[in-house]
Amino acid sequence: MIKLPLLEIDSLAVDYQTGRGRVRAVDDVSFRLEKGETLGLAGESGSGKSTLGLSIMRLVPYPGVIANGHIKIDETDIIKLPEHEMRSIRGGKVGYIFQDPMTSLNPVKKIGAHFVELIRTHEPTTSEKEALERAKTVLKNLGILPERINDYPHQFSGGMRQRIMIGLAIALNPSLVIADEPTTALDVIVQEKILELLESLRKIYGMALILISHDLSIILERCDRIIVMYAGHMAEYTTGAELHRAPKHPYTERLLRSIPNIELSDQKLSAIPGSPPNMLNPPEGCRFWPRCPYVMEICRLKVPPLIAAEPSHLVRCFLYGEKGAKIE
Amino acid sequence: MSEVKIKRRIFPDFVLGFSSLTSKGPSGWMVILGLIIVLALVIMTAIGPWATPYDPIKSNVGPIRAPPSPQFPMGTNHLGQDMLSRTLVGGSIMLQVSALSVLVCFFIGVPLGLFSSYVGGFFDGALSLVIDAVYAFPGLVIAIAVAAVLGPGVVNMALSIAVVYVPSYFRIVRSQVLSIKELAYTEAARATGAKWYTIISRYIFPNVIPSIVVVITVNFADAVLTAAGLTFIGLGVTYDIPDWSWDLTNGWKYLSSRAWWIISFPGLMIILLALGFTLIGEGMSELLNPKLQR
Repeated sequence: MIKLPLLEIDSLAVDYQTGRGRVRAVDDVSFRLEKGETLGLAGESGSGKSTLGLSIMRLVPYPGVIANGHIKIDETDIIKLPEHEMRSIRGGKVGYIFQDPMTSLNPVKKIGAHFVELIRTHEPTTSEKEALERAKTVLKNLGILPERINDYPHQFSGGMRQRIMIGLAIALNPSLVIADEPTTALDVIVQEKILELLESLRKIYGMALILISHDLSIILERCDRIIVMYAGHMAEYTTGAELHRAPKHPYTERLLRSIPNIELSDQKLSAIPGSPPNMLNPPEGCRFWPRCPYVMEICRLKVPPLIAAEPSHLVRCFLYGEKGAKIE
Repeated sequence: MSEVKIKRRIFPDFVLGFSSLTSKGPSGWMVILGLIIVLALVIMTAIGPWATPYDPIKSNVGPIRAPPSPQFPMGTNHLGQDMLSRTLVGGSIMLQVSALSVLVCFFIGVPLGLFSSYVGGFFDGALSLVIDAVYAFPGLVIAIAVAAVLGPGVVNMALSIAVVYVPSYFRIVRSQVLSIKELAYTEAARATGAKWYTIISRYIFPNVIPSIVVVITVNFADAVLTAAGLTFIGLGVTYDIPDWSWDLTNGWKYLSSRAWWIISFPGLMIILLALGFTLIGEGMSELLNPKLQR
């Protein structure tokens, strides 16, 4: 049996047309996501991970344009889809959780009204009462008292607001939820709870999840597969376990080494020297070479292709030759 | 479980709740005082026609230019009309004109501002340029010019004041929308598949209302003064309608013969009305400005 992928992205490129030139924020990204799977998108600020997430909704902010490639959701290429069909995908088939829960809810509308608005946008025949009932069920699943449906956003804490955002993203039972840094604005304890909630809801509703974060440690524990982004490129694409066990790209390797380990009493945290490239003028060749400890002559000249170092382990680095063996 | 109901309210609670106004400190009291003044004048004008001791437009109900006396508490003017009667009903035109001009401004300026800044681009740029050009003129000059072209009358006065004030609404709304449309909840609304007009009407507009409320009250205050000015120079209503500003026009000549009462009482009314609206406006802008709230 051939499993049809839920989401298939093929050589996607997203450009921002700025006054000082064209910035390619996402370059040559391809991956597939099966139903119910969890994908982690890791990378530092400006690596294109949020742009990638937004382009799946076709919501890349102005002046961004999808310059190349295909995005297929359930075998439909959304890039050519007319706007009104795209609207039914947003919120309906794909839910999106934004980074900042403090400003993501309309301050003058009650929580219930947010749900009613959402449900009735996609199912105009649903009565307001019915929509409210469904909203209450969702709130219950989120661990929020259903009575609080009549409260305004400012009456909730940050963690609760993020739970409501999650509720809004899953209320219509989407097959894919994209969580863009869902815990960045929250403290560590709430962060853990939100991620657990997201995971349990994912299992209940059987949806696929794309978890975008700059925090590799969050992603490592939870994701079936992980894409490490660097300066718009996919640096590495593999399973969570594999990435943890044997990172291949020098960037990932360095990144993992910079996560503090509670079991080691005597350790020095190693930071990656240098800073991310200026995307207006990215380095020639591999985008990581100015910071790479293993830099070779070829790295400065050519962009390395995505090499299958192992069957399910893609890495964009010249260190891994045709057969995937590390060249010393 | 108890029945959950959603009440549709556009205003935040503290705009409607009188009792909560008193707990907001000086600015709350400013709003209350302004409301009392304005309401008192509106009620006075509304019941005026039934409360006047004499016919306000009938000449020679008393002696000419008689100073205040028990029989004519505010004196009489050069036609022997009773100033108390004229003062009681004289606000009607001014209130109508200012209310009408606010309505016109609101229904032109606000949708234009919402739409223009949401759409952005060339349309927004061109419209802003035109509106800013109008805004750059001194308000009274445009109002006089437009009123002179349109001729006298309540509607024409209201329109000429509206021309002056539409830019204020437009600019306030536009600047607010520019910041609100970048906020996460409009983005989030888009991510839930909302249509552009839903986003404008349900997400952006309700959040612009606090700023519009302030412009409305300022507009009211200015409309009162502009209406007075227009009538004063003869671009207002005809002489057979009692009006405070007409009394000013006709009465100022007699100030030199020490007939102070002819212009003092109507003038005081105009000042009170403008003051009431200004108090409401200033208080509101302080109440609704989150940066000034402790």
